[in-house]
Amino acid sequence: MLKQIEGSQAVAEAVAMCRPEVIAAYPITPQTHIVEGLAAMVREGKVGTCQYINVESEFAALSAAIGASAAGARTYTATSSQGLLFMAEAVYNASGLGLPIVMTIGNRAIGAPINIWNDHSDSMSMANSGWLQLFAETNQEAVDLHIQAFRLAEQLSVPVMVCVDGFILTHAYERVDIPDPDQVDRFLPGFEPVQVLDPDDPISMGAMVGPEAFMEVRYLAHHKQMQALEAIPALAADFAESFGRESGGLIAPYRTEGAETVVLALGSVNGTLKDAVDEMRADGQSVGAIKIVSFRPFPLAQLREALAGAKRVVVVEKDLALGLGGIVASNVRMALRGLATPVYTVIAGLGGRSITKRSLTRVIAAATTDTLEDPHFLDLDWQAVDSELARWKERRRAGPIAENLLREMGLVGHRPHGTEGPTS
Amino acid sequence: MSQRVKFYQTGTFTVGNRLLDADQRTVQATRERNNSLTSGHRACQGCGEALGARYAVDAAMRAADNRLVAVNATGCLEVFSTPYPESSWQLPWLHSLFGNAPAVAAGVAAALRAKGDTRTRVLAQGGDGGTVDIGFGCLSGMFDRNDDVLYICYDNEAYMNTGVQRSARTPAAARTATTPAVGEHPGNVMGQGKNPALIAMAHEIPYVATASVADLHDLEAKVTRAMGMGGARYIHIHVPCPLGWGSRPCDTIMLARLAVESGLFPLYEAEHGEVVDVTPIRRRVPVEDYLRPQKRFAHLFRGEGQAETLAAIQATADRNIRRFGLVPEEVS
Repeated sequence: MLKQIEGSQAVAEAVAMCRPEVIAAYPITPQTHIVEGLAAMVREGKVGTCQYINVESEFAALSAAIGASAAGARTYTATSSQGLLFMAEAVYNASGLGLPIVMTIGNRAIGAPINIWNDHSDSMSMANSGWLQLFAETNQEAVDLHIQAFRLAEQLSVPVMVCVDGFILTHAYERVDIPDPDQVDRFLPGFEPVQVLDPDDPISMGAMVGPEAFMEVRYLAHHKQMQALEAIPALAADFAESFGRESGGLIAPYRTEGAETVVLALGSVNGTLKDAVDEMRADGQSVGAIKIVSFRPFPLAQLREALAGAKRVVVVEKDLALGLGGIVASNVRMALRGLATPVYTVIAGLGGRSITKRSLTRVIAAATTDTLEDPHFLDLDWQAVDSELARWKERRRAGPIAENLLREMGLVGHRPHGTEGPTS
Repeated sequence: MSQRVKFYQTGTFTVGNRLLDADQRTVQATRERNNSLTSGHRACQGCGEALGARYAVDAAMRAADNRLVAVNATGCLEVFSTPYPESSWQLPWLHSLFGNAPAVAAGVAAALRAKGDTRTRVLAQGGDGGTVDIGFGCLSGMFDRNDDVLYICYDNEAYMNTGVQRSARTPAAARTATTPAVGEHPGNVMGQGKNPALIAMAHEIPYVATASVADLHDLEAKVTRAMGMGGARYIHIHVPCPLGWGSRPCDTIMLARLAVESGLFPLYEAEHGEVVDVTPIRRRVPVEDYLRPQKRFAHLFRGEGQAETLAAIQATADRNIRRFGLVPEEVS
């Protein structure tokens, strides 16, 4: 059914249709609307016998989810940013135990400075935790990926993060085709756990494992990710057949036929990127785009094949590996290892900075002439940065960085800390 | 039973088991006993925690008609019971992390409720570090929500698994690896620490009790009582640790008993935040009797000794005795 609906509410409705039995969540912006919606639906009796646990922290949220999943319940939670970091220990624990929990990440920057807006630093910090990570481009895809995520998680007995850009998607009202509950029931069978805490068949879960078997346990977790490389496209095909629309998969190329320059991105920025590609194509430029849906497992072979004809690759990413550069770009370079294809990194949209079509077009154009520096920081205010760097040189007690920058940019009234003379 | 005369085992004040009604007797070995924590585990000789856990979990199993799920915090109990590929647990058992056992157990309880399983019960357990330090937020959350979980803390008063470091349950003046017996005030700092049973009571949960491996019959009765209730329940069990306390393995029960008889570890039960029963001290002993056999307190008795510190520890015991009315004649 077509609805004009907020992204979070659409996700909540999709999750409810997947019949979770236990939901444990803790409030954090911008994920809150999702779990608020679910709390209401549970209270109204719309989610069967589902139990909604109001926990005291994100660490407890995922911990309760671990207990519930180990007891054989279909389990869901959601978080963002600091919340994901606070549950980090449990993130690794859930995947180590092989529990098929589904968690929405309302993607948000990580502080300090504290910032509630969108980027991908949070999910990226847990990229190697053993969870599958699927990124949604639109709210329709967010809905569809959640339905696929439960089946994928339970099929492989591995936890899945569905990453949805905070505010840009979670708080956006747009048209979403909300599936019919019967359709979801047909697509998603009941949860048959591979291990369960059952008094009739007692098992010990979470034993201490030493050097004699730890590597094998970790390898098997990696093996599940490799299995997901096959399961994800198969599931997307099955989904398309059941629901009549394409959603998910490992990657989604856009106008890459014969493209000399191919731009890669995760999540909602792909919408802007497609517009930029259209504009540049109309202008006669040989440009295409590829959306990476599955960041974990990372589709190395699929990307290498999709990029076989490209002369250069531009990765637009909403994260920054401090001291290295691009996280996604590093992964893409691994996909292209042995080839001479240059990979340009564009660090963009950190902490909610808008990524405009004009700016994207500008950097892609620079890449096509191989004049783009790597990494490129999209729309960085170099004047403010240079001025702060100069201040660091001038005085030892340079003061707080974030506050100085805000003053430098004239966003707050006073001049930077320790600046002589009257304020202007 | 109409027997009124009580016979006590010599020097122990423990009532003879045979004089109790059959249903109240402590039975250590019977084919019916589940042995939830079965033999072959790797606890140290004289481990109070292994003893306490064996009795507590079996009592809970009996009360739950053998339908019990246990969630374990990281710690000695977890490590000595499940070195891969072995497990001593004869019941469904899950270890997740150090600080999350109460939340994991809450999740298990929620799953059972969602599935309409009203028979299977949930037990969570951990040491004092996992309970009162790193797991305290999750424990308070479990109390706050009144989750249907019995949480048992085995308190050996320090981080024994990592090599005897101070916890919030380490008593005043005790030597640990991080509170060395050096300086003007050797050992753990006086005036620190927290009392989780009283904090549990402040949550007004249905049941809180303290117990000791010195009185296994009382321990079993309290676990059975707790299992007869729903909601969040907390039992704090005092379990001496020969390794961490520097005591002889054969003295574990004696030390546990001296802790109770000195007033340093009061035994009581509370319902909804109110104390409903206390175990009176039959033969009161000075704290020195309890402290002296333990090497962790050796500095209190060396050279000139630490008379002031000893007096302060005695004052703590005296306060417990007054507060809980542990010596009836002193109350009236």
